[in-house]
Amino acid sequence: MIAIIDYGMGNLLSVLKAFEHLGEEARVIATPAGLAEATHVVLPGVGAFPDAMAALNKNGWVDAMQREVVEGGKPFLGVCLGMQLLAEFGEENVHCPGLAWIRGGVKRFVLNPKQYKVPHVGWNEITPVDDSLLFRGLGPGATFYFVHSYHMICEDTADIAAYCDYGYPFPAAIRRGNIFATQFHPEKSQDNGLKVLENFLAYRGA
Amino acid sequence: MTAGERMLKKRLIPKLLLKEGRTVKGVAFQDLRDVGNPVTNARIYNAQGADELIFLDITASQEKRNILYDIIARTAEECFMPFTAGGGVRSLEDVRQLLLAGADKVSVNTAAVEHPEFMREAAQRFGRQCMVGAVDFKKESNGEYRIYTHGGTVQVEKDPLAWCHELQELGVGEILLTSIDRDGTNTGLDLDLTRNVADAVDVPVIASGGVGSLAHLAEGFKDGHASALAVGSLFHFTDQSPIKCQFYLKGEGVDVRVGQ
Repeated sequence: MIAIIDYGMGNLLSVLKAFEHLGEEARVIATPAGLAEATHVVLPGVGAFPDAMAALNKNGWVDAMQREVVEGGKPFLGVCLGMQLLAEFGEENVHCPGLAWIRGGVKRFVLNPKQYKVPHVGWNEITPVDDSLLFRGLGPGATFYFVHSYHMICEDTADIAAYCDYGYPFPAAIRRGNIFATQFHPEKSQDNGLKVLENFLAYRGA
Repeated sequence: MTAGERMLKKRLIPKLLLKEGRTVKGVAFQDLRDVGNPVTNARIYNAQGADELIFLDITASQEKRNILYDIIARTAEECFMPFTAGGGVRSLEDVRQLLLAGADKVSVNTAAVEHPEFMREAAQRFGRQCMVGAVDFKKESNGEYRIYTHGGTVQVEKDPLAWCHELQELGVGEILLTSIDRDGTNTGLDLDLTRNVADAVDVPVIASGGVGSLAHLAEGFKDGHASALAVGSLFHFTDQSPIKCQFYLKGEGVDVRVGQ
């Protein structure tokens, strides 16, 4: 069973429907106890970093995810804000500590607005690093749907599974052991996105 | 091509105007014709490679609002692509309901003009990338531009360019710019105003109103500098599909997504 964490941030329905479309049992989980029986854990999220961290802290999600994912080794997928929360800190509105599963931070795009509009909204190509599990079966130049004003900066480039270029390269996806995350929305990226979710589900842990 | 030359794709977005659960389309926001079942329309556009969908509900009564939520939720069950939804959005609860139904972005026109602080609050609460400022405008007979609220029926003493600047300050993540006088006429976009707004604001501009041919699409990107085009009549009433348009645009040198 795939557990989709409901901490009050964002569009959970699309994530749920995408997994169901792949023929998997998925459930939106409103309390941390629901993580225990999950085979895979998904952290979606749209909104502001500090609000999201406050919600995760308040409801006991941080401890439960630490136990099930970091210590228990369950396959984990963060999406969009759910990727950024894995960093050590976020910079949206105020400096705010994150989950600190991945070394690095989250920064707003710094670009010439005449050339590059922010938010970065729409379909963009990504460049997966060699033999990246999430992108198996996808050809070069595969596009995914992004909608974000902030992006992750990884201290350890070995954590980066794919890059996207918007004025400069930034991490489009990360992987560290059983922890996967995408800045784009696989559940909104039509066939390419479904393929990424399928690849994630095929991973059963170390 | 090096990584640095890659660009964000220009987007083609079918725009579905909804009235009491049906897709409709008019001319200059009047004389609406029925063009089908929105969930079926959405399914077809999804299969034809549309980049996103926009649903704008013009159903007058608030009681029938659940029809919109239901249409979005049913579309979200089978179309794994981004949706913007709007029409009569007046409260944070309206925004939340649309997002819960499966919308990714919510567009607001009238409530943003009447209560600008509402837009600011919504952008803070849901993230600016969630909020789309919908701007309906007319070029008046004296050549001046004015914005309109209430489905194109109420003129507001504001210039669209100035209002788009205000919307950006209020925190919207995109602007949906629609020419009322060109809507449904197939005479082409208002390229001057589109370009003026697109060049002036830092957020992406989705231009709409008047696209009736492939050449109008290319103009919208090349001369109008739009990040995306929202299209009604061309897709509803001709045999042009998103994928045919993408092939044409690619041939015209516009960087669009084709066949993925």
